[in-house]
Amino acid sequence: MKAFQKKQLPHSGDGIFDVEKIRQDFPILRERVHGKPLVYLDNGATSQKPQAVIDAISRYYQSENSNIHRGVHYLSEQATASYENAREKIRQFINAKSEQEIIFVRGTTEAINLVAQSYGRTFLKEGDEIVISAMEHHSNIVPWQILCGQIGARLRIIPINHDGEFVLDEYRRLLNEKTKLVSITHVSNALGSIVPVREAVRIAHERGVPVLLDGAQAVPHLKVDVQEIGCDFYAFSGHKVFGPTGVGVLYGKAELLDAMPPYQGGGDMISLVTFEKTHYNVLPYKFEAGTPNIAGGIGLGAAIDYLNGLDWDQVSDHEKDLLSYATDELSAIERLKIIGKAKEKAGVLSFVFEHIHAHDVGTILDQEGVAVRAGHHCAMPVMQRFGVPATARASFALYNTREEIDALVKGIHRVLRVFG
Amino acid sequence: MSELDELYQEVILDHNKSPRNFREMGNANRKSEGYNPLCGDHVTVYIHFIGGIIHDISFKGSGCAISKASASMMTTELKGKSEAEAEELFDDVHKMLTGDVDVEDSGFDRLGKLKILSGVCKFPARVKCASLAWHTVNAALKGVDEVASTE
Ligand SMILES: Cc1ncc(COP(=O)(O)O)c(C=O)c1O
Repeated sequence: MKAFQKKQLPHSGDGIFDVEKIRQDFPILRERVHGKPLVYLDNGATSQKPQAVIDAISRYYQSENSNIHRGVHYLSEQATASYENAREKIRQFINAKSEQEIIFVRGTTEAINLVAQSYGRTFLKEGDEIVISAMEHHSNIVPWQILCGQIGARLRIIPINHDGEFVLDEYRRLLNEKTKLVSITHVSNALGSIVPVREAVRIAHERGVPVLLDGAQAVPHLKVDVQEIGCDFYAFSGHKVFGPTGVGVLYGKAELLDAMPPYQGGGDMISLVTFEKTHYNVLPYKFEAGTPNIAGGIGLGAAIDYLNGLDWDQVSDHEKDLLSYATDELSAIERLKIIGKAKEKAGVLSFVFEHIHAHDVGTILDQEGVAVRAGHHCAMPVMQRFGVPATARASFALYNTREEIDALVKGIHRVLRVFG
Repeated sequence: MSELDELYQEVILDHNKSPRNFREMGNANRKSEGYNPLCGDHVTVYIHFIGGIIHDISFKGSGCAISKASASMMTTELKGKSEAEAEELFDDVHKMLTGDVDVEDSGFDRLGKLKILSGVCKFPARVKCASLAWHTVNAALKGVDEVASTE
């Protein structure tokens, strides 16, 4: 299926999605690697940053740097305003009801650990069950295993089918009166499969079971509306959505967050401390102990501003075109097998050769300037499910082009020449 | 020769395709497992160790071309060697892979055919692939009964 000619990109309305113009916004894309133009196809690991984000961070350090929520002086007020402004941008971005529901964390990993330790240790007990899927990132497995070890709860795994799809019937079958929490990915980082989260949430809610969604790989590709999805918690990382590393978001419904104890203790999360008793601060500060990643939060706000300046329908069409073009091109390569063939997919193409290890593929592609990830993608159970030690993974972002996929294909042919 | 050609030399590709001593060993009295969590490479080394000598050595596992070829070449080199000789070789290999020596220096003569792996030092991300089997043998000889890791 070659829906579009090379260079001719999809467009909607009167605006044409001008990928070359977008690429200008990302300075790193002009870099060369091993003497070749950089072809960055490792966006699932982390995305590149537009100049606007880089500028926002340096502007903060150059002219606003100071601690927030505590100074009476000018700079502190400025920094506090910028940081809280970013929180409001994030609220709009995922359409949360209130800013109180947006907790700044280090990333998806910390968000999930927060829920496991604060919600899990308070509201779950021995014999209860936590349901996750077979295609979770380790960060949505291990925190639950730790919790299970602490309280004697049990982890149940929803199987996926051979195409790497989430199977709603299997999920329904697993839920029972012991199920106390569902925590599943929105988009699989190893396979690209999009999980029917709205349906999954509805089914869990019929039983009164809250749902956490790991949105790390969804937010860069899909328009997320937490109220429409209806989830109770939503976690994502700033660095995968064109923002800086070290900052991420936990969205939680206010009534749940209110009922949960703090995750960490320290400054900022309190309202009154005496040696006898401490009163906790209100949401969201109750969960934000200590000086946060201020520059990170501001940078993430700038990334969201950047995304808001784009036409999301165009971005989505462009990404679909990239994925279908790449799927067609790679499928045509002899002995290459694509892992993950879900009907609904976003941004990820994992592949293997029977006779060539992914690591060797990665090294040779790198020599061609093509950056992909080779390994288990922090999803070892997915590798086990498909009986492979590792895959090579190309993952796309809105600034990628068909020409870059051609470079990937050319690189793969070099791999095949080396390994005969 | 490009760095890539230097990495994937014919000999290495050949060992990858038809690894030597690639089998389990029923009468092994030393055995160790090695694992590289970064890429999932996994190797088990079997040694029949008598009178201080590596009488027989073999390996099984899955991994990339570099780790497989390195393990294969290692077994052919270590067969018949004493523990002390194996340790010396381990040190030399380690130095070669981390690239802080010139392997053409006469002090490294005992590396012999293993010198073909010296191209790996240009690829820092692959050093662990090449050293995995060696770490594992080291653990086996020391009788450490834990999964050796490159970490
Ligand atoms: C699906 C998914 N969940 C969670 C994470 C963890 O994100 P972070 O390392 O930013 O905390 C990742 C990152 O690779 C991911 O892809």
